[in-house]
Amino acid sequence: MIRLEKRPQPSRAWSLATPLVAVLATMLFGGVLFAVLGKDPVEAIRTIFWEPLFGEFSFYYRPQLLIKGAPLVLIAIGLSLGFKAGIWNIGAEGQYIMGAIVGAAVGLAFYPYEAWYIFPLMVIGGALGGWAWAMIPAVLKVRFGTNEILVSLMLVYVAEQLLASASLRFLKNPEGFGFPGSRNLQSYESAFNADLIEGSGMHWGVVAALIAVIFAYILLNRHMLGFHIRLTGEAPRAARFAGVNPSRLILLCLGMSGALAGLAGLFEVSGPAGQISIDFNVGYGFTAIIVAFLGRLHPVGILLAGGLMALTYIGGDIAQSNLGLPSAAIQVFQGMLLFFLLALDLLTNYRVTLRTSEVA
Amino acid sequence: MSVPLLSLQGLTKAYPGVVANDSVSFDIGEGEVHALLGENGAGKSTLVKMIYGLVKPDSGQMLLRGTPYAPPEPRAARGDGIAMVFQHFSLFDALNVAENIALGMENPPAMKDLAARIREVSESYGLPLDPYRTVGDLSAGERQRVEIIRCLLQDPKLLIMDEPTSVLTPQEVEILFQTLQKLRSEGTSILYISHKLEEIRTLCDHATILRLGKNVGECTPAETSAREMAELMVGSTLHTPERAGRELGDVALDISGLSVPAPSAFGTALKNMHLSVRKGEVLGIGGVAGNGQDELLNVLSGETLTEADAVKLNGAPIGQLGPVERRRLGVLAAPEERLGHAAAPDMSLIENAMLTGAVRQGLETNGFLNWGAAKGFAENIIEAFDVRTPGPENAARSLSGGNLQKFVIGREVLQDPDVLVVNQPTWGVDAAAAADIRQSLLDLADKGAAVICISQDLDELMEISDNFAALNEGRLSAPRPAAGLTVDEIGLMLGGAHGMEVAHD
Repeated sequence: MIRLEKRPQPSRAWSLATPLVAVLATMLFGGVLFAVLGKDPVEAIRTIFWEPLFGEFSFYYRPQLLIKGAPLVLIAIGLSLGFKAGIWNIGAEGQYIMGAIVGAAVGLAFYPYEAWYIFPLMVIGGALGGWAWAMIPAVLKVRFGTNEILVSLMLVYVAEQLLASASLRFLKNPEGFGFPGSRNLQSYESAFNADLIEGSGMHWGVVAALIAVIFAYILLNRHMLGFHIRLTGEAPRAARFAGVNPSRLILLCLGMSGALAGLAGLFEVSGPAGQISIDFNVGYGFTAIIVAFLGRLHPVGILLAGGLMALTYIGGDIAQSNLGLPSAAIQVFQGMLLFFLLALDLLTNYRVTLRTSEVA
Repeated sequence: MSVPLLSLQGLTKAYPGVVANDSVSFDIGEGEVHALLGENGAGKSTLVKMIYGLVKPDSGQMLLRGTPYAPPEPRAARGDGIAMVFQHFSLFDALNVAENIALGMENPPAMKDLAARIREVSESYGLPLDPYRTVGDLSAGERQRVEIIRCLLQDPKLLIMDEPTSVLTPQEVEILFQTLQKLRSEGTSILYISHKLEEIRTLCDHATILRLGKNVGECTPAETSAREMAELMVGSTLHTPERAGRELGDVALDISGLSVPAPSAFGTALKNMHLSVRKGEVLGIGGVAGNGQDELLNVLSGETLTEADAVKLNGAPIGQLGPVERRRLGVLAAPEERLGHAAAPDMSLIENAMLTGAVRQGLETNGFLNWGAAKGFAENIIEAFDVRTPGPENAARSLSGGNLQKFVIGREVLQDPDVLVVNQPTWGVDAAAAADIRQSLLDLADKGAAVICISQDLDELMEISDNFAALNEGRLSAPRPAAGLTVDEIGLMLGGAHGMEVAHD
C-alpha cells in the first residue's frame, strides 16, 4: 500500500526540483497525447519548446515572448502576494480590463494633444482602474465577510460587459466608420507604449514586470509587510498574535494585485493591442494564476514560469499552424503542466513510502 | 494465583529512530485498578494503542484470560471487552448526547431505547446525564461522562482511561473516582494512565512505571511516596523551583470591569472581570479548559481589543492597543496553542523569533528586517532554554512539543517583559523541563516583572503563585494568597462540580 508520511520539515531539494520534474512529466505525457493524435511527439515537443527560441523564425518569435510574458509576470506577481496570505483574487482578468479601459480613457481624453506627461498619467490611471476594481471584493470581504473568490470572479464578467460598452459606445472611435473599438493608440504618439529598442518587444510593461519581480522579492524577504503576508498564509492566528491586522492585509493584498493587473492591461492596450476592442482580453488574468503557482509563488520562480508559459503559448501556436495540432490539444498540454506541478508539490511536504499498513 | 485478565509479555514497538516500547511486560488482574505512569514520550500511549488494536506490536504477545489476544483493529478489541476513554474527546458539538453515542455504535438501537439505556447506565454509575442535551453546551466533565458512558454501554471487562482528570475540577475528580471504584467492585479492571501521583495513590491498586519505553519498576501506590514514584518516572532526583522572598511593587497591570462577548458560538464570554498584578508578583489563574482562558489571553496580548480603560498598564489605558504596541510597552504573552498560535508551524525558528521579537529586540528598522539579528536571537533562546534542535533554520513543527514550548516561553522571557502572560506554560512538557520553565517565570518575577500564569495544573500554580484566582465560565474569582489554600477551597473557587449532580450516596 502506498502511504504518505508528513516530513518533519519541507524538503528544500524537492521544492526546487518539482517545477523541473513537472515540466519533464508534461513533455512525456504531452508527447504521448500528441502521438495518440497521430503527430510525431518529438517533433511536436521540439516545435513548442525549441522553435520560438532558436528556430528559423526566432527573430520574430523572441520579441513575442516578451510581449506575452510581461503581462503574465506582472499580474502573477500581484496575485502571488495575495495567494501567499491566503487571499484568493481570481478576478485579475477583470482588473486587467478595467486598467486598460481607465488608462486608455485617460489617454484618449487628451487626444489629439501631444505632451510628455500623457503616458505617465495613463499609467497611473491604469493602476487606479485595476486597484478600484479589486477594492470591490476587498471592501465587501472586510465589511461583510463575503467570499473574495466569488466576488472577484463575477466582477470579471461585469468588466467584460463594460469593455463591450466602451468599444461600442463611450470610447468608440468617432472616425472608425462604425466599426467597434477605440482609436488606435499606436498612432497617437503621446499615448503609444512603443518598444524601447525598436523590434525587441521590450516595452514599458516588460520593464514594469522586472521592477515588480525585484520589488516583490525585497518585500517578501526583507520587509515586515512581506513577513506578515507569509505569516498570515501559514498560520492566521499566529499572524494576529504577531500584530497583523487581517482587514488591512486584505485591502493591501487585493489592492496591490489589482493595481498590477491594471498596469498590465494599460501596457497592453497602449502597446501590443493598440486599442480597446470587444475581444481585447485574451485570458492573461486567468493564465497568470497558473503562472503564479508554477513559479511556486516566488518572484524569481514567477519570472521563469511566465517565460515558460509564454513559450508554450507561442510554441503552441507554431505547432498548430505547422503541424496541424488542434488548439484543444495545446490547452490540454498547458493544463497538464499545472496538474503535474500541483500533484508533485505534495512531495515537498510528504514522503511516499511503500509498505504494508499498520492498521487493518 | 488466578489467571490475570490481561497479560502483556515482552511487547516491543519501534518507530524510525525511536523504540517506543522495549519488551514491556506486566499483568492486569481481574477487578484491579492498574496505573500506568510515565512522562510524556515514555511510551504509555503506544502501549495502550497496542492493547486497543490501533497499533500492532513488532514482537511480544498479549494474553487475555490466558488465550492469545492480538486485536487487528479497535472494533475487535471492543468485541473482546476492552474499551477506552481518550484524553481528547471525539464528540460533535452540534449533536446531542444520544446521537453522539449512537454514532460510535455498530448497530445503534432506536433513539428512544438508547436514551433510556443511557439514563439507566448513567444513573446506576453515579454519572447523571441527560441524553437529549447538546454536547456543545456541556462542561468538560460532562463531556467526559459521555465518553465514559459510551464505553460502559459495551459492558467492558477492561476500561482504559488516558489522563482522565486533566480537565476536571477536584470535585469532579471525586465523582469520577467513586464511579471507578464502583466499577472495580463489580469486577471491571481499569488501566489508568496519569502522571498525577496523588491521584494514583488514592485510586490505584498497582502501578507500572515506564521510562523511555522500558518498564522500570512496579509498586503499590498506597505504600510508595509520590516523590519516590516521580523519581522512578524521571530517573533522577527532581529539582523543585525555588522562589526568593521578594517585595511586591506597585500595580503593573490592572483589569477592571472587563466584559467581552464570546468570539464564536462555542467560545466563552468574559464577564465583569477584575484583576491586578503587582511588579514582582506571580498571579496564578486556575480553571478547567474552556472557561475563558484563551479569551483572557487574547485580551491581554492585544489580539482582542477592549474598551481602552478596561486594561491598564501602570495606570495608562492600553485596551485599544494591538499586540505590537503592547510589546513596545513591555506586555508580552505566550499563548497555549504552540503550533499555529504561538508559532507558525512551517516557518523556521529564526522566523518564529522574528514573530514576536521584532520590536523589542531591534530586529527591524523602518520595516526592513534584520535576519542576522533574528538568527542571533533564536540562537540565544535555543541556548538559554536548552531547546533541542539541530539549529535555528529548522521548522517549528520539527521540534517536539516540549522543546517548542521551551522556545516559545524563552522567546518572551528573554525579551525582558514588564508584564508576562502565559497560558499553560508546561502543557505536554516533561518534568525536568517544566521545572526549568517555572523557575524562569519565578526569576522573571524576582527581577520585578509581573507574571500572570494561566494553567489547569493546580500543583504548578500552587508552586509558583503568590496569589491565586479561579476562572469559571468567564468569571474570575477574587484573588487569594496562594499560601495556605486547601484543595477543597480551590475546588470551590473553580466552580465546585460545575453544576454536575452527584448521584453517589
